Amino acid sequence: MRIGIPKEIHPGERRVAGTPKTVKKLIEMGFEVVVEEGAGVAAEHYDDMFAQAGASLTADTKSVWGDSDIVLKVHSPQMHSTLGVHEADLIKEGGCLIGFIWPAQNQDILDKLNARNASVLAMDCVPRISRAQKVDALSAMANAAGYRAVIEAVNVYPRFLTGQSTAAGGIKPAKVLVIGAGVAGLAAIGAAKSLGAIVRAFDTRLEVGDQVRSMGAEFLELDFKEDGTGDGGYAKIMSKEFIDAEMKLFAQQAMEVDIIITTALIPGKPAPLLITAGMVESMREGGVIVDLAAQQGGNCALTKADELVIHKGVRVVGYTDLPSRMAIQTSWLYASTLVNMLDEMGGDENFAIDLENDIVRGSLVCHAGQTTWPPPQQKQVQAPVVSPDQPSMDTATPVVQDHKQKTRFGSIAVMILVAVALLALGRVAPSEFLSHFTVFVLACFVGWQVVWNVTPALHTPLMSVTNAISGIILIGGMLHLGTQAGAGTSSDTIALILGAAAVFLAAINISGGFLVTRRMLSMFHK
Amino acid sequence: MQDTISTMPENAVIATEHASSISGVATVAYIIAAALFILSLSGLGHPETSRRGNAYGIAGMLIALIATALLLSVSGFMIFLIALVPAAVIGAVLASRVQMTSMPQLVAMLHSFVGAAAVLVGFATLREHAPLSGSALLIHNIEIYIGVCIGSITFTGSIIAYAKLDGKIGGKPLILPARHILNIIVLLITVVMGYMFAQAVGDHDMTKAMWILGIATAITGLFGVHMVMAIGGADMPVVVSMLNSYSGWAAAAAGFMLSNDLLIITGALVGSSGAILSYIMCKGMNRSFFSVIMGGFGAAEGTAVAVEGEHTEIKVDGTVELIRDAKSIVIVPGYGMAVAQAQHTLSEITKELEAAGIKIRFAIHPIAGRLPGHMNVLLAEANISYDLVLEMDEINEDFPETDLVLVIGANDIVNPSALDDPGSPIAGMPVLEVWMAKDVIVMKRSMASGYAGIGNPLFVKENTKMLFGDAKKNVDAILTAYRVG
Repeated sequence: MRIGIPKEIHPGERRVAGTPKTVKKLIEMGFEVVVEEGAGVAAEHYDDMFAQAGASLTADTKSVWGDSDIVLKVHSPQMHSTLGVHEADLIKEGGCLIGFIWPAQNQDILDKLNARNASVLAMDCVPRISRAQKVDALSAMANAAGYRAVIEAVNVYPRFLTGQSTAAGGIKPAKVLVIGAGVAGLAAIGAAKSLGAIVRAFDTRLEVGDQVRSMGAEFLELDFKEDGTGDGGYAKIMSKEFIDAEMKLFAQQAMEVDIIITTALIPGKPAPLLITAGMVESMREGGVIVDLAAQQGGNCALTKADELVIHKGVRVVGYTDLPSRMAIQTSWLYASTLVNMLDEMGGDENFAIDLENDIVRGSLVCHAGQTTWPPPQQKQVQAPVVSPDQPSMDTATPVVQDHKQKTRFGSIAVMILVAVALLALGRVAPSEFLSHFTVFVLACFVGWQVVWNVTPALHTPLMSVTNAISGIILIGGMLHLGTQAGAGTSSDTIALILGAAAVFLAAINISGGFLVTRRMLSMFHK
Repeated sequence: MQDTISTMPENAVIATEHASSISGVATVAYIIAAALFILSLSGLGHPETSRRGNAYGIAGMLIALIATALLLSVSGFMIFLIALVPAAVIGAVLASRVQMTSMPQLVAMLHSFVGAAAVLVGFATLREHAPLSGSALLIHNIEIYIGVCIGSITFTGSIIAYAKLDGKIGGKPLILPARHILNIIVLLITVVMGYMFAQAVGDHDMTKAMWILGIATAITGLFGVHMVMAIGGADMPVVVSMLNSYSGWAAAAAGFMLSNDLLIITGALVGSSGAILSYIMCKGMNRSFFSVIMGGFGAAEGTAVAVEGEHTEIKVDGTVELIRDAKSIVIVPGYGMAVAQAQHTLSEITKELEAAGIKIRFAIHPIAGRLPGHMNVLLAEANISYDLVLEMDEINEDFPETDLVLVIGANDIVNPSALDDPGSPIAGMPVLEVWMAKDVIVMKRSMASGYAGIGNPLFVKENTKMLFGDAKKNVDAILTAYRVG
């Protein structure tokens, strides 16, 4: 099958949907690859490199689109200004397109593609399941964007990020606030941290707190309990009270921090407004805000998409092409997810649109002239299958409680029985026995208390040392060997032999047990 | 022989016995010894204090032995030395020769000695003891009987455990038909014979009493054999710790029959320690103690979903590449590592990787190996710092941030069906969630299933790769390849 990789025509886009490395992989998989001339120039991938990798090159854009079975793209199709046609109209009848599509915003493009009966896989619609990580282009791009956001911030930040003590005076480290600890947010935390800044992060999803802390940043929390974890790991919309508390926190933080990086997005909705104009003004002179949500309207009131706004000494960065600014590697990362997607679809030989494959089905937005987005809801959690003749979950719950009550009743009954048995014993047994019994019970409790404190790593030595001390039974044997002043001793030869044998066996135990414990313990070291 | 004395008033008898069997000095020595044993166990709480703990144990034992030796007559003392010295030498030789991988066998064998000693002491005590009568005599007889029975179970059970662990007999559970009924019958017979034994002693028919006790020993011995034979290899850690517990109870029973508080205290300490270890092991498998002891694990109970899918194979080169690319690695050792003796090479690899700045740690499942804490001992033997060796609860939440997990000779403890397949025989057992990591490499001899005899869906997961072959050879090859590159 033939794969076409056209040049991206979106203004400012430097990435390309194939690199020499991935083209080589595609050819190894059996595909034939054609690359539009100059497609990779902005990403420093030149035509001869593609040729060397085995691709054929052509200057004919229409052929790249129209003669290929599969077209790989970065941006969603748009009007081609030099040719005067829409890219979607160029695709082969019944062909396949893989790229970022954003179906929610681009209904018209879907209509055009459906008119061509195209099968379209949107890399922005890949389901969030662990199996799909290798085709997760969004995460790969978000990671790059988060990193680059810090670099762009530093570029316009007129101070040091790291703290220093110099002979000329001390410099305090910059404070960076990252709002939204998704893939981009975590990448930004890592980058800012490694440049020496003090990093704080906020996220409505409490579960990411540990991830934030593991990156070395402080996780800011509200005095307000509401978890914002929504479906598929994205955040959901929060209550009004929560948002008020959140805004108060941001207002307070804005006065303290030097750089704010916002990454808050809610799927399918405009980006939430988190940083008001007043907060921007309250920042220290030279402060920087990088708004990664600029494309979706921005988290900051002053953000202008693709622009650097300077407002009363504070720079608001609204670039939307951050991944594209590292096109060499982001092209390769993105193209690799495409290769993995093609592999998932069966490679060259078994290429098919398999509607049973949840990765393919989730990403598929157009097929056979129909819009297939959004996909039918997949159940995230696999509930245990309940067959019809079994009681349903609702009726099962009281049964469990009943069982619990029964066991509680049972344990009370056992305790009463034990108490009665002990009282009965107390009535008949001589005091001598009872004093031994007291010692026995107390010793059991001491053992119980002491042994729980033993670390599991030392369970084997514990066992061998208890084994050694259980050799104390040797004393039992000794007492039959003949004592100096004994009633009923040393008169019985058989008892003496039995005692000696017991001493022998127990002594092996004692010396063996203690020595082997010693040997083991000497090996444990830090 | 007690006819004349048995008419004496009860408290007088007790006073005589107390004064005669143990002197005041010995009593004080025993208290000190008991305190030292408790200190010994608490010393084992942490690796740093553990060596002191062992020293306390040795000191306590020496004090107890010397104090008791002072009570002996000259001839008694000579016999004591004759029995003690060669035994101590044998024990020392065993202890210094044993391989750390054969630790479970040694421990099981030593348990059997305690059991046997308890039986011997029981018989000896039956033949000669301080004069008693009435309920004191009855209780004394019951003590002997219980002590001998527990000792006998410990003895034969430990021998079977030893043979299983040493590979002398197969690890597969032996399931007799109607074994539960058989067990109940044995239990009833034991109780009935106990009653007959007490009767016989009460009638001063010593020959009959001896016979009954002998038969009871044989029956409980057979019970011990049957009990351990029915338990599968994977449940061995529970069995060994249970036998450890039994050996303690046997010593405590001996203490009761000899009116010796030191034996009672020590026996109770050991008994509860073994019981706790069994409990921890059972919790590690999410099974009740009773179901483990009833045995038959791995004998097709429950209907597990068959594992479907293709596994991905990887070679040593690919493994080394993944290791190089990883920032954090977790190694999960299992019994297979112990068998192949791969821990020393792993230690070398650990050092190389740590020097290269890679975060490397070990994850230990509570039931990994054939003895509680077995893996920790082997890793310690190979000079791996105990700070790098983590328990299941400590490491499970770290797997999502781990780049690479190397599973070496482990199977059931990393089986995801324990969590998501309610029909699996190991359903509900806590496992190491290695599949949450970015990549998993499983080193195994073949695709055969583990001790539990069930398939492992981990092997066919997308991010799992299989490296087949002998664990030792493979880790050696990895080390060589890593050094070359």
